[in-house]
Amino acid sequence: MDIYWEPVWLTLKLAGFTTAILLVVGTPIAWWLARSNHWVRQPIAAIVALPLVLPPTVLGFYLLVLMGPKGVVGQITEQLGLGLLPFTFEGLVIASVIYSLPFTVQPLQNAFASINQQLLEVASTLRASPRDRFFSIVIPLARPGVLTASVLTFAHTIGEFGVVLMIGGNIPGETKVLSVAIYDHVESLEYTQAHWLAAGMVVFSFVVLVTLYSLNGRLQSGLVR
Amino acid sequence: MMSASGIQARFACNVGTFELNVDLSLPGSGLTALFGHSGCGKTTLLRCMAGLQPSDGTMRVNGDEWQNETGSRPVHQRPLAYVFQETSLFPHLSVKRNLMYGYKRIPQSDRQISFDQAVEWLGLSHLLGRMPEKLSGGERQRVAIARALLTSPKLLLMDEPLSALDQASKQDIMPYLEALRDNLAIPMLYVSHSTAEVARLADHIVMMDGGRVVAEGPLQQIMARTNQPFGLEDDAGVILDATLSERDEQWHLCRADFEGGHLWLRADESLKIGQKVRLQVLARDVSLARSEQTDQSIQNLLPASVDEIALEVSPGTSIVRLLAGQTPFLSRLTSRAVHTLAIEPGQHVWMQIKSVAIVD
Repeated sequence: MDIYWEPVWLTLKLAGFTTAILLVVGTPIAWWLARSNHWVRQPIAAIVALPLVLPPTVLGFYLLVLMGPKGVVGQITEQLGLGLLPFTFEGLVIASVIYSLPFTVQPLQNAFASINQQLLEVASTLRASPRDRFFSIVIPLARPGVLTASVLTFAHTIGEFGVVLMIGGNIPGETKVLSVAIYDHVESLEYTQAHWLAAGMVVFSFVVLVTLYSLNGRLQSGLVR
Repeated sequence: MMSASGIQARFACNVGTFELNVDLSLPGSGLTALFGHSGCGKTTLLRCMAGLQPSDGTMRVNGDEWQNETGSRPVHQRPLAYVFQETSLFPHLSVKRNLMYGYKRIPQSDRQISFDQAVEWLGLSHLLGRMPEKLSGGERQRVAIARALLTSPKLLLMDEPLSALDQASKQDIMPYLEALRDNLAIPMLYVSHSTAEVARLADHIVMMDGGRVVAEGPLQQIMARTNQPFGLEDDAGVILDATLSERDEQWHLCRADFEGGHLWLRADESLKIGQKVRLQVLARDVSLARSEQTDQSIQNLLPASVDEIALEVSPGTSIVRLLAGQTPFLSRLTSRAVHTLAIEPGQHVWMQIKSVAIVD
């Protein structure tokens, strides 16, 4: 039973960490993308969207090279005494953060862009500092976007496979997440176990999306405050 | 004149191709209207004063310096309140929490207007629990005004607060604005392109065109100029403050006394003897006669002397400025009439006033 639940627990942990980190990292990026007119805005937006179009193996390959003993990141982490990141849970978190970045940034960016600019001016004439305005006006008004970003990021991280395989391998309890476990079961012809996990994923994803859509509908129609 | 009291505003800024360049010294109390066509820079000037529009210049309000050549305080550190043209309530907060937004952000010792006071002034007590989307346009604007006042500002800036409202809502809000003007010691700057609003509310007026100030002074004086800076010909007219002194019950008329004469108005039930009223006499409603004509229908006949004549303000039309005592009037005549009657400055004539409106 433990072997059965271990990948599930590991997957939820990975998705949780990734979502939390991305909400912190992605919010300023999304805010800047929504508000800036600087010429580097388009290139940055393209970089953020790259994980959407690249095959996960490409992303995983370059991360593996970068974080490996000959890569720039790898040399830095070794000098800092952190060791090498590939084939560790931490490495997987970093890879997931990059892989899921657009799923956080894009909903947030759309939510921020749709906020009436004048409301922020009003808040400033009511003595609210820029930081105060962000937390008292922007975040509450962008709540549907924050919710969408969190759920999509979480769900997308749970479903990742290619990147994990490239950078994490298949170490039980460390990097063996759900999707890899399913692949493993199928390869060794353990269809029953594969069915349980796969069907579980289908149900989970369906429930998540239904919850998201109905919550967002209620947020937009103003029933939830 | 550089004095500690009053508002000194000197700004230069460019917004796209538009250039604003003003140097103003305004009264430190009462309501000053910034008046002009759309695109004249009046809103930009207001935004510069608030710090919403970055600019070079100085801004001083009753001795407190907000901006000078070396630096500028950010908007949230200026003790001002701003009422925007369009609905600006925070959609995610109830009326009460909208009102509290600014109120709770100022130190307790600076709170000169209490929550209950503002709610009472603007008649909001029955709306406190509602969300903004459930309010009418006029109610929203009243909430916005109360929310602005609750920051106990040193300067109240209003950018066409009535322009997005229908006629009925405008009439609904006007009395609140008048009460604020009369009861608050806070100087108010009011952007408008409506002659009716300005005539009713303003004590002082700044006329703008093309990013510059073209005329500035007390309302009565500016309105009585013969060379109005823009095509206000149809609306050109003077404003006078008068007191109701007598009622003629038989003919349903009421006498209004002003410095230099009196006028008869149609009496309405709400008018009381002793009441102060603000009257508007449009130039197009004033005709002139060389002698007193009593065999005609117009009842308001006033002796006056010709002060100034502006010939051909538009083809065929001239404007004559007259003085009844010290009170100026304008009369719009055809240029041929000016010529035929041989009207000249200094001459004594009779004004025949066809219509007088109470604007306040």
